[in-house]
Amino acid sequence: MTKIKSLFVALILSTGFSTAFAGGHGSTLDVVKERGKVMCGTNTGLAGFGNPNDAGVWEGIDVDVCRAVATAVFGDPNAVEFVPTTTKVRFTVLQSGEVDILSRNTTWSFQRDVELGFEFVGVNYYDGQGFMVRKDLGVTSAKELDGASICIQVGTTTELNLSDYFTAEGMTYEPVPVETNSEADAEYMADRCDVYTTDASGLYASRAGYPDPSQHVVLPEIISKEPLGPVVRGNDSEWADVVRWSLNAMIIAEEKGITSANVDDMIANSEDPEIKRLLGVTPGYGEWLGLSDDWAANIIREVGNYSESFERHIGVNTPINIARGLNALYKHGGILYAPPFR
Amino acid sequence: MIITNSNLKIHNYYKWLQRNLFSSWINSFLTIIALIFLYKVGTFFLNWTFFEADFRYNFQGDLITDRILCSKNIVPGEYGACWAIIFVRWDQFIYGFYPTEELWRVNLTFALLPLAIVGVLFDKIPFRKYFIYFTFIFPFFAYYMLYGGPGFTVVDTNKWGGLLVTLFLGVTGIALAFPLSVFLALGRRSKMPIIKSICIMFIEFIRGVPLITLLFTANVMLPLFLPDGVSPDNLLRALVAVTLFQSAYMAEAIRGGLQAIPKGQLEAAQSLGLGYWQTNRKIILPQALKIAIPPIVNTCIGLFKDTSLVLIIGLFDLLGIGRAALADMTWTKLYYEVYVFISIVFFIFCFGMSRYSLYLEKKLKTDNS
Amino acid sequence: MSVNNFKKYLFDEKVRSLFFQTLVIGIFAVIIYLVTKQTAYNLDKRGIGTGFGFLKIATGYDISISLIPYTSDDTHLRAYFVGLINTLLISICGCFLATILGFFVGIIRLSSNWLFRNIAYVYVEFTRNVPVLLQIILYYTILLYLPKIKDAIILFDTFYLTNRGLFSPSPIFKEGFSIVLFSFFASIFFAFLIKYFFKKKQEKTGKQYPVFYINSALIIFIPIIFYFLMGMPLDFNHPVLKGFNFKGGMVIRPEFIGMLLGLSIYTAAFISETVRSGIISVSKGQREASQALGLKSNLIMRLIIIPQALRVIIPPLTSQYLNLTKNSSLGIAIGYADLVHGFGGISLNQTGKAIEIMFMVMSTYLTISLLISFFMNLYNKSVQFKGNA
Repeated sequence: MTKIKSLFVALILSTGFSTAFAGGHGSTLDVVKERGKVMCGTNTGLAGFGNPNDAGVWEGIDVDVCRAVATAVFGDPNAVEFVPTTTKVRFTVLQSGEVDILSRNTTWSFQRDVELGFEFVGVNYYDGQGFMVRKDLGVTSAKELDGASICIQVGTTTELNLSDYFTAEGMTYEPVPVETNSEADAEYMADRCDVYTTDASGLYASRAGYPDPSQHVVLPEIISKEPLGPVVRGNDSEWADVVRWSLNAMIIAEEKGITSANVDDMIANSEDPEIKRLLGVTPGYGEWLGLSDDWAANIIREVGNYSESFERHIGVNTPINIARGLNALYKHGGILYAPPFR
Repeated sequence: MIITNSNLKIHNYYKWLQRNLFSSWINSFLTIIALIFLYKVGTFFLNWTFFEADFRYNFQGDLITDRILCSKNIVPGEYGACWAIIFVRWDQFIYGFYPTEELWRVNLTFALLPLAIVGVLFDKIPFRKYFIYFTFIFPFFAYYMLYGGPGFTVVDTNKWGGLLVTLFLGVTGIALAFPLSVFLALGRRSKMPIIKSICIMFIEFIRGVPLITLLFTANVMLPLFLPDGVSPDNLLRALVAVTLFQSAYMAEAIRGGLQAIPKGQLEAAQSLGLGYWQTNRKIILPQALKIAIPPIVNTCIGLFKDTSLVLIIGLFDLLGIGRAALADMTWTKLYYEVYVFISIVFFIFCFGMSRYSLYLEKKLKTDNS
Repeated sequence: MSVNNFKKYLFDEKVRSLFFQTLVIGIFAVIIYLVTKQTAYNLDKRGIGTGFGFLKIATGYDISISLIPYTSDDTHLRAYFVGLINTLLISICGCFLATILGFFVGIIRLSSNWLFRNIAYVYVEFTRNVPVLLQIILYYTILLYLPKIKDAIILFDTFYLTNRGLFSPSPIFKEGFSIVLFSFFASIFFAFLIKYFFKKKQEKTGKQYPVFYINSALIIFIPIIFYFLMGMPLDFNHPVLKGFNFKGGMVIRPEFIGMLLGLSIYTAAFISETVRSGIISVSKGQREASQALGLKSNLIMRLIIIPQALRVIIPPLTSQYLNLTKNSSLGIAIGYADLVHGFGGISLNQTGKAIEIMFMVMSTYLTISLLISFFMNLYNKSVQFKGNA
């Protein structure tokens, strides 16, 4: 009886461990290639950025960044598995190796870059923290919010910014801590708090899901710089380059007027040397990244350029309805600017 | 008065009423108040749950901002439960995000689970030996079914959710914790000071900290302790924490049983020349475990309830799915329905376990006396 | 001959146990060494430092419920204390409420009234078999749907019940109040003296004195007399609806009330079972003997049954207190700022120092539970039957 018991226990432990171990050492690019898919840390559900649709397919501009990387490495925008993360665990899943990229509307900050040991490889959305209140409160400016109850997601830069802003303005507030933005929505709708504060993009996304969006107004004050972008682990510059330039490829494509519709045409006919380098007509550039030469062309074909992704998920024709604003190309009045492809 | 059988019965009922409900003025007064209270609450609850409730199966669209929108046969002023949320999301509640084509695998595992446990729980059933064999094979079978492997597509554990996760954590946690707790209990009574102190330290440490801190530790710190690339998935980490937690509590329950064994048993075994492991295996443990079963079942009930804590580290157990369902704007106001449903599910399992424990206690009393 | 000696040596129990223990220590040492080395390597690779220096850095975030003054400029160490106080606060209030409710329900479970017995039974069974987390979330969600701030329910003209909390006037202590407070404690002290004095007198003469009434009068009236003597040094700060919230007064947040309700009602169910089995455990002979002595039933309860029952009730009762304290860590689910939520959650997230913070949090809980166990053991020793039972 004991023999069987111990054998049984040993079997259980070994099967448990065999599934648990996700094997593989070496650089992230090698690990990803061997695995056959990219592991992407996303939001648990933020419309427009990272949200599963009714069919369970993940959509959003953050999701598109991961799909772009998957396309660059494998040629297939679906060679990616999404791991939803709360603000609490997002950094630990990246640190532990459970995901290769964290594309989850994460703000690039000094402390995260330096102290937590990550690498921010670009900005795919320039955002800022804002406030949303009910229209019938009659408030027109954030400076009138003294004494209000404010729903705030814990463990975020938003929390720290809020505190700084109110101290600077000499106002006080009642913090109502929540874990996820859906919790915040519920408490805001129940009037547990007067104000919901998070990145302006999140406010627009939440508002789009309310039963009566026109009854809620986003106040004009943007009280912080929140450059949102994908994050990878530090000291793996090869992988960081892959992700960085996947994002840049999408931006440069928009600068150069390449879309998913005309990319093949561009490959065949364009005379612009930068386009030729980008789309792999001029060979060799993919190899430096450890990818095939048509990596960027694939991205543009499968995922689209930056504006296509933007308009598809959060543009003015979607319920979220955000204008390009700061996120327009530098040529069009915004600050979106990618390094030259040379 | 002629005392017939029926007269006697009526007389007995009357006496019972008098003694139990109306024994004094105060008592009668309070009984009447209690009856009124029961009537009001009972009818309200029954109305809400059944009679006025909306059992429409295929609810489509329309924001349920107000339950009246959902319930059509209402009397003005009353409203009923809108059970649509349970029906619409039924698959999520039971299976989580398990792919629909593979659901049959989960159903098969659920169906076979009672067969796996019945051999352990009841000892007077026919063919008990075969049931016990099945109990040993079942974990591998279940693992293969639920997770996948050659022949079946792999379904990652982050797609598991709802009742599947709750049962998985509960059953596997108890099964894995049991052997560990036996060793801990024996070790705690060992004569070797090192073993004894290690076991005591472990047990007291686990019993002194809340389960949530253990879950956080497993979630956040385990990756730090392990070599590169080794990254056990979320559900397994929770399982480790839950198993360790349960083993400490079970060990204390078993220790109580061990302490109740008269020293004479140990001495008799020694005089027969039995070694340490033989004594324990054949004499001490069977008796101790029998005595300790009620407290052990108590710890199992506690474990089953505690599996709900994994929602805090982002796993979607039954309660987590409930909360996620409520996060959807369409269903936000239906929190009573969701929480009542989840409470009933937990109640069925836990109350069932406590009834089993009472049955065992009764059986032991008649066995030993 | 020497082979035999060697065999004897090998099989000697002491030698075997020594060998086995050394092996175990060896294995543990190796594991600990490997784990530490791996952890240090991992921490280094991720660029996370170690050390408790972060405790001196300002947190930058605000805490919603705090009994001591705290702003976002305060250090993480102070955040730790705020969390600790919040945990202790809810644990003490919860234990208090749970005990009262638990004793009440436990006694009802023994009532002669069938209806009451079974209503209590249904309550106990239902509460014990549903997870405490679910109950806490349920109560909190119900509280969330109380009227909004503008439609507050007004109680007794001074309290406002809303979904942001229960707003009540806060006392302002003017000069001279300390004398009133002092007189209160002094009268309690005198009450003890009087009790002792009269008890001695009762033992000597057998005459009973209305000690209870004398003491109650003392404790109630002396402070009141001093209060008026000092010119009523108590004022109230009333909450007034201004702008978004009530200004002034004090507020009890729904997070706190939700946790309190969930924890107390849950733990009370367990305590009631303990109380019930404790009272049952007092042997019937005691009750019969006291009845034979002519004692009235409430005196029997008070002087004979309950003191003996307490002996059986206290150990499991303290373990229920411990459970309640550990369950208070669930505040994170509804936003109650206890130790695990604030320091263990937010600080951990913002600084990344998982190991140090978890170590501090776990040690805190361990210390609390060891303290409670220690006092329980002291009490247990003091009420043991001297000699054989």
